[in-house]
Amino acid sequence: MNGSVTALKRSQPTAGKMLIHLVFILLCVASLFPFLVIIGTSFQSENDIVKFGYSVIPKNFTFDAYRVILHEPKVLFQSYFVTIATTVIGSLVGMWVTTTYAYAISRKDYRFRSFLAFFIFFTMLFHGGMVPSYILMVKWLGLKNNILALILPYLISGWFVLLMKGFLQTIPEAVIESAKIDGAGELRIFAQIVIPISKPALATLGLFFALQYWNDWWLTLLYVEHDNLMKLQYLLIRVLKNMEYLNSAEAIQYGLVKPGMLVPSLSARMAMCILAAGPMLLVFPLFQKYFVQGLTVGSVKG
Amino acid sequence: MIRTIKKNFGLSMLALPGFLLIILFNYVPLYGMLLPFKSYRYNLGIWNSPWVGFDNFGFLFNGDVLYRVLRNTLLYNMTFIVLGTTLSVTIALLLYELSRRFVKAYQTILFIPYFISWVVAGFAFRSLFDMDYGVINRVLVSMGEEPILWYSDPKYWPYILVAAAVWKGLGYGSVIYYAALMGIDSEYYDAAKIDGASKVRQAISISVPMIKPIVIMMVILQIGSICYSDFGLFYNVTLNSSLLYKTTDVIDTFVYRSLIDMGDIGMASAAGFFQSIVGFCLVLATNSIVKKINPENSLF
Repeated sequence: MNGSVTALKRSQPTAGKMLIHLVFILLCVASLFPFLVIIGTSFQSENDIVKFGYSVIPKNFTFDAYRVILHEPKVLFQSYFVTIATTVIGSLVGMWVTTTYAYAISRKDYRFRSFLAFFIFFTMLFHGGMVPSYILMVKWLGLKNNILALILPYLISGWFVLLMKGFLQTIPEAVIESAKIDGAGELRIFAQIVIPISKPALATLGLFFALQYWNDWWLTLLYVEHDNLMKLQYLLIRVLKNMEYLNSAEAIQYGLVKPGMLVPSLSARMAMCILAAGPMLLVFPLFQKYFVQGLTVGSVKG
Repeated sequence: MIRTIKKNFGLSMLALPGFLLIILFNYVPLYGMLLPFKSYRYNLGIWNSPWVGFDNFGFLFNGDVLYRVLRNTLLYNMTFIVLGTTLSVTIALLLYELSRRFVKAYQTILFIPYFISWVVAGFAFRSLFDMDYGVINRVLVSMGEEPILWYSDPKYWPYILVAAAVWKGLGYGSVIYYAALMGIDSEYYDAAKIDGASKVRQAISISVPMIKPIVIMMVILQIGSICYSDFGLFYNVTLNSSLLYKTTDVIDTFVYRSLIDMGDIGMASAAGFFQSIVGFCLVLATNSIVKKINPENSLF
């Protein structure tokens, strides 16, 4: 884009530039350090943690924590299944409803364009709040302990519609006009012309959706009590609470755990974190190219 | 009339699924805003439950809880807006000085915290602040200092929570502003260079004014949700520890506790109602102020 500027900049390595690099290196260390502690600790033995505390480099490398978690993997696998299912379904359906809606309000010749744009924009400025939504989901729709409760609420939102609208507005009108002259219907224009040229924006949107569904624990917290519908991140909260309980004085008092016995909870928690966050972090670099590109177009055109 | 319908039918059908979902999940719940004026009975439904006027608000305003959560919510959000925006813009300006290769590497790393849930982020911070095994306390002990009981002393939490919010949001914020900087015509900089303007001068006189509209838009939108908090931050990073509520309890965590833990729908909905109305008024006010100063920058 700015080839000449970049070339000019590269030709003058100055003290100022070294300083900027230093700032970024420090920032990168700060942003990664907590993760490195989690990863390091997950491979540490329980005794080492008690002795040396959490650390980035394990003194004695061990897979104990992972062995404990995967010893009875049924709950974990069920949770993976629920998380993957809601992420895939939610992202695909969400991308469809968001993009179709955004496309309609991006078309300048559409009669209800400004009404529908206001209709979604207003939801960004005024919300009913938590309690009415809760009553809607639980009482009116009867979705307590239903997998739909983990999907429906996130399907469309103002931010995502605006992001897509910003991108779709950049499609030249002539492209759509010529398709119309050829007699193509709106659905066909959308599916065969708009979708293929919107790949970077769709990749960005898809990543946002996947992120939202994968990392969600809030909907589980509110609407799900059954163990077989728990999402991974929520399982993590539960694990934290239960393991704390097992190492408490109470658990010893009730004879659940013998005095002096240590449940390998410290490293196991961290290992759970890796298992819950890992997949998202592995997927991200694959999308990054489109991600920055998609954000760029969307935000510049606002 | 028929021609209008026919002409717009295709696009309307495309928009229909989204339209219905917006009605169901954003507009239907507005009916629930009657709740704070009712003594809600589960078996009677909203309409048939008895009216109680402002009783629920009375309970809310009587205790000192409302003051506490309102103060925390507003102070945190103002800090996040000011600090978050300033840092994101600064990072974006610094990135703009570097070549693409480095930009990509730094952006990727700074983005990583954005991609994990607040639950995992809660663990990440716990690994630093844990009283027994946390990295910080171990360092303090090794230097001969007393370990600090982070999770039972509210006075540290404003700093920790602000650090956590910045840590998680910096990558995203800086990408948005960096993207805006990329859209600036390079001729401006060439001209400035000929005039002998320094890098800092260029940043202040060209870059910042050029991205101002986007900065203002982002800030107005953030002010629009100034009464709302990132629930995950305040719930997971603090481990929902009740010892810390003095500095960590915000409207959202209070509403959640009233609704789920205490089952007090009246109180929860009154607090939620208050949040919606105040939030909306703040957006309108901010927007009209911006409009007065510079109509082009206003949101609507």
